[in-house]
Amino acid sequence: MTKIAARFEQSRLAAAAWAALAASALVAPASAQQRDPAYAAARASGEVGEKVDGYLGFPTAPSAETRRLADDINIKRKAVYAERAQANGATIEEYAFSAGCQAIARTVPGEKYQAPDGSWQTRTAAAPLRDPRCP
Amino acid sequence: MVRAARVKGLMLIASAMTLTGCISVNAPDKPIIIELNINIKQEVVYRLAADAGNTIKDNPGIF
Repeated sequence: MTKIAARFEQSRLAAAAWAALAASALVAPASAQQRDPAYAAARASGEVGEKVDGYLGFPTAPSAETRRLADDINIKRKAVYAERAQANGATIEEYAFSAGCQAIARTVPGEKYQAPDGSWQTRTAAAPLRDPRCP
Repeated sequence: MVRAARVKGLMLIASAMTLTGCISVNAPDKPIIIELNINIKQEVVYRLAADAGNTIKDNPGIF
């Protein structure tokens, strides 16, 4: 009796696990279409900022979780940069830098970005400080 | 007598080592930034600008 109950419980757990997995699989492509809430929060709080080189950086020492989140995004960014750079006959660094120009221009007031001298700045309503090579 | 002097010498060396053997290295409080973009030309950045803008628009999850 208890054996059957235990087996039932096990199968229920397995079903729940599968349901969670299926849900995450459904959510995963959607997350590529909009910012993960943790990423959005890290941007808004200034835990991560846009670097000149086209990747995310840390204006302050990051938590392990924030570092993991930014590393993950930076790996995905690099993959996209590599593909687009090849399509445009440019190097990954050139393409990433160009994207960095745009990403810094698109920051909203309160977010952090890196100025050409390497210092971290908080975006205000004014135009951000960008590299003179940025269009 | 000779042995005692030797022991004394060893003790002196040991105590000297404990006094001077500690070197403290402080990590800089600002990150070290190495500028790697000096070879990127403005004309390349201009040429890639539109494509890079589209890439950001097409991948809102990672930008």
